[in-house]
Amino acid sequence: MSYAPSAAVLERIDRAVAAYPERSAALLPVLRLIQEESGWVPPAAEVWAADKLGLNPVRVREVLSFYTMFRRRPAGRTVVQVCRNLSCTLAGAEEVIAALRRELGLGDGADTTADGAVTLVAVECLGNCDHAPCLQIDGVDRGPVTRDSAAAIVRELRGR
Amino acid sequence: MSQDTVRLIPSDEGSWRLDAYLRRGGYEAARKAVTSMAPAGIIAEVRKAGLRGRGGAGFPAGLKWSFVPQGVSGPKYLCVNADEGEPGTFKDRAILVRDPHRLLEGMVIAAFAVGIHTAIVYVRGEYERIAGRLREAMAEAEGAGFLGPDIFGSGFGLEVVIHFGAGAYICGEETALLESVEGRRGTPRLKPPFPAVAGLFRAPTVINNVETLANVPSIIGRGADWFTAQGLPKDCGTRLFSVSGAVRRPGLYELPTGIPLRTLIEDHAGGPPEGVSVKAVIPGGLSAPVLRADELEAHLDFESMALVCSMAGSAGVIVIGDRTPMLEVLGVMSRFYAHESCGQCTPCRIGTSWIHRTVTRIAAGQGRRGDLDLILSLADGIKGRTLCPMGDAAALPIQALVTKFRDELEQAVER
Ligand SMILES: Cc1cc2nc3c(=O)[nH]c(=O)nc-3n(C[C@H](O)[C@H](O)[C@H](O)COP(=O)(O)O)c2cc1C
Ligand code: SF4
Ligand code: FES
Repeated sequence: MSYAPSAAVLERIDRAVAAYPERSAALLPVLRLIQEESGWVPPAAEVWAADKLGLNPVRVREVLSFYTMFRRRPAGRTVVQVCRNLSCTLAGAEEVIAALRRELGLGDGADTTADGAVTLVAVECLGNCDHAPCLQIDGVDRGPVTRDSAAAIVRELRGR
Repeated sequence: MSQDTVRLIPSDEGSWRLDAYLRRGGYEAARKAVTSMAPAGIIAEVRKAGLRGRGGAGFPAGLKWSFVPQGVSGPKYLCVNADEGEPGTFKDRAILVRDPHRLLEGMVIAAFAVGIHTAIVYVRGEYERIAGRLREAMAEAEGAGFLGPDIFGSGFGLEVVIHFGAGAYICGEETALLESVEGRRGTPRLKPPFPAVAGLFRAPTVINNVETLANVPSIIGRGADWFTAQGLPKDCGTRLFSVSGAVRRPGLYELPTGIPLRTLIEDHAGGPPEGVSVKAVIPGGLSAPVLRADELEAHLDFESMALVCSMAGSAGVIVIGDRTPMLEVLGVMSRFYAHESCGQCTPCRIGTSWIHRTVTRIAAGQGRRGDLDLILSLADGIKGRTLCPMGDAAALPIQALVTKFRDELEQAVER
């Protein structure tokens, strides 16, 4: 399996590389751009990025595995990040998470629906605590969410 | 708030656009600084204003700038900390959303004062959408000659790069942030050398929080004396207090430093909802040791908070109501630190996860006598024994919570 970004992404990658005085510094933006296009960072893309930046592939894996927003497995078409830190917990985040999982039909340990529509990840504070409990759908903020609105959100996601 | 106080969060229509910012007097301070002031004079003015860092540690901004060696050749960097990872804090978000030009203006002034030509804004990955406003503002400012190679026709140039994080709390720590910008895991560096001497790409680097820099335009525009007239003598100006949890009006409140915690919670945030009373308050982001309901007379400034063994931190105030079990709070806290420890130091890595396992066991009804003492001693083993301040930031709030709510937690253990 080999990897190659689209021409448009390659152009953005080259611009990112040019923004830093050392090529290796562009690793985070390069991985972000790859993930933005592919939905995750496949192993072949790790090797591609290493080659592009003149790094050992281990250096790429090391970074990829450190940051929680990078995905080393394919994700659903929509990614939902739901906050479970303190302000959201005080406002009922655990119930919202349970409702979302139930509505999505996620079994124990699963984070992506069987049809590949939605990935649900519980995360730490989203910096939106005055809208607790809150979540982000593909990076767009939502909140406060209730058990009922969680069900409506899932219906909306299924329709995408 | 009267007209004469710092207003970091404007409410006018389209407040984030350049024309709106110019109507509010925007970029006049940067023009004054760049075209008519000496760099040393700017640093002196900011020092006189006593502006303390708004990122958490409260270090005086002007003093930090003065540590950068002058007269040496080679690049220097300004890193803007927009990682905003401290749970309970959402103020830098508001500046990015409502007033990105104020941040850019503060950056221009700081960069000119220190002789910096490249700035990196480190934005947490979760704020990527929000950063669209900053990107637009950068383009507007460049178009108007307020940013770019020749600012106000003075020959002074500043280039700005946005660098996104990717979900790691520790990257808010300044040296971990530098590692992350350099394309590595966010593992804090041993200090010294301090970033002012050897920071990003080993060059002298200033790292400041978004809110800190957003205060700079009004200090230069109106003068240090105007700034010091607000807040306290050693901790001046206003702060953006993020209030969340058990209050009627969660939100952001800009108020002078040193206001009583009770005033903020009751008068501004509306107090707890009907039928709920305040049990505890975390006054400065999750890492600030908890205060009991009988400690609400304490004032919200760096020194007053230290007097009650807590910290003003990021000014994220989380109010906990009487119906919330403290074991639940402890569970969130211990999970967070165990998850976010970068793993470099054994006490932090092992200590936080051992504490979390113990708390999880108690929550599952398998508590053992001595568990609370175990947690306290594990926290003690972290305290003062780690490379970066995160060790203490985990140990201290956990110890405070266990100590102050021991009776309640003891009941949960015995259950
Ligand atoms: C674990 C940890 C997390 C931190 N997170 C942040 C953060 O998200 N934002 C921030 O501005 N400062 C954060 N800080 C403080 C920074 O290390 C640094 O002191 C600050 O950015 C300096 O800017 P200031 O002097 O303008 O406050 C953190 C510190 C630690 C130890
Ligand atoms: S104290 Fe914790 S977060 Fe800081 S360097 Fe050590 S292991 Fe990493
Ligand atoms: S605790 Fe959920 S957004 Fe801050």
